[in-house]
Amino acid sequence: MQKISTEIAIVGAGSAGLCAAYQAASAGADVLVIDENALPGGQLFKQIHKFFGSREHQAGVRGFEIGRQLLDRVETSGSKVLMDSLVYGLLPDKSIGVISQDKNYSLKAKKIIIATGAKENYMAFPGSTLPGVMGAGAAQTMINVNRVLPGKRVLMVGSGNVGLIVSYQLMQAGAEVVALVEGAPTIGGYGVHAGKIRRAGVPIFVGHTVQKVWGDGEVEHVQIVALDDKWQEVPGTERVFDIDTLCLAVGLNPMTELVWMAGCKFAYIPSFGGHVPLHNEDMETTVEGIYVAGDVTGVEEASSAMEEGNMAGVAAAHALGYLTDAQAAERKAEIRQRLGTLRSGMFGAKRKAAKEQQLDAMQDCQKAAV
Amino acid sequence: MRITEHPILDEPLYQKKVTLYYNGQPIEAYEGEPIASALMAAGIRVMRTTAKFHEPRGIFCAIGRCTDCMMIVDGVPNTRTCVTFVRDGMRVEKQEGLASLKTDERGMDYAKN
Repeated sequence: MQKISTEIAIVGAGSAGLCAAYQAASAGADVLVIDENALPGGQLFKQIHKFFGSREHQAGVRGFEIGRQLLDRVETSGSKVLMDSLVYGLLPDKSIGVISQDKNYSLKAKKIIIATGAKENYMAFPGSTLPGVMGAGAAQTMINVNRVLPGKRVLMVGSGNVGLIVSYQLMQAGAEVVALVEGAPTIGGYGVHAGKIRRAGVPIFVGHTVQKVWGDGEVEHVQIVALDDKWQEVPGTERVFDIDTLCLAVGLNPMTELVWMAGCKFAYIPSFGGHVPLHNEDMETTVEGIYVAGDVTGVEEASSAMEEGNMAGVAAAHALGYLTDAQAAERKAEIRQRLGTLRSGMFGAKRKAAKEQQLDAMQDCQKAAV
Repeated sequence: MRITEHPILDEPLYQKKVTLYYNGQPIEAYEGEPIASALMAAGIRVMRTTAKFHEPRGIFCAIGRCTDCMMIVDGVPNTRTCVTFVRDGMRVEKQEGLASLKTDERGMDYAKN
């Protein structure tokens, strides 16, 4: 096994990892980003909708354009990006196991930033394993990156922003969305997205769930049913649709395997997608020198993932002496302010509360250790 | 089905047409696209069957996590076709169960590993 080394190793070349790389490398650190995918950018290149937020967060710019700009910045920063390379483990001595081009490497880094993102949740019901049932993100990848339509008649489950946006993107790509089903009594995502698909004539069934899917070896029909205020099925309210594809947009969960391996402490925060690693304001975990950023710290959205990446990159570079205390403090304050803006308002309040719970748990953990 | 017209997106990422063999049948594909994408475009939705109950499985996550899309690619079983990319002349077979752990064309004996 060949030994290699860098100052800052970043796992994951998505929104958070690339921002961390840009910040740390432009501060002067030697940075290596590793990602198992063929192309960098994570999920940004499948996001063709315009982003929200303020001007600093590039509101009005489409996700893939933000991705292109980010890649340019990372390239000029001098950070190295190693694609098609799998990080399979983080050992107790903090060495990183990497397989690249069929070769096994042991990578040593002074600081490690884990930015592995999240994966889609699954939902079980009779027929849910049939070909044609897929994650909404999977459908988004197929239409926006690979330019292949996963189906002609689609039913979407989940009315968060992913469910709403992907429904619209399926229609842009030429599919018919026969209905959108949401278990909760109200639509989860932004009104502006819901309005777009409503205007296109897609019925939205709130307070409904999928009862079953069936067909000859693949999805052909779906039956939905209304739920009462205790989330129990209401007999007699069943409706059947002929479909060929059912998309699940029922949340995501952080991909924390490496963080667990590193021995970091976790908290269980359901609104963040489950168990999430504790971290301080600098994004450093309970294990010194190991940082986290983006959806792996709790599922939010791309803009806050990028800001957390910025924070981790600045903090790691500063810890290695690449920024003066004053420079680091100034940059961190700016990032913290922008993160605060992202976690404000009607839709941000829940995420703000979750993040505060996570930071408090970190403080409790540190107090207990003293 | 390929998306040929799109209100927002410009030129597709993959351009060069090649041939992929699915269970011996030639299908049109683009070099560099995920195998699963070429199969989906050709209307092939069943990638494998499960070992115990022989139930069909197709694309679920499309990012290499769920393993539902594993097939036998150029003799190598359990290949995730959503993150394995098309080369001209590639041979892809539907995988029944766990597939036999025989040797592939590189002479690797999977049963020993």
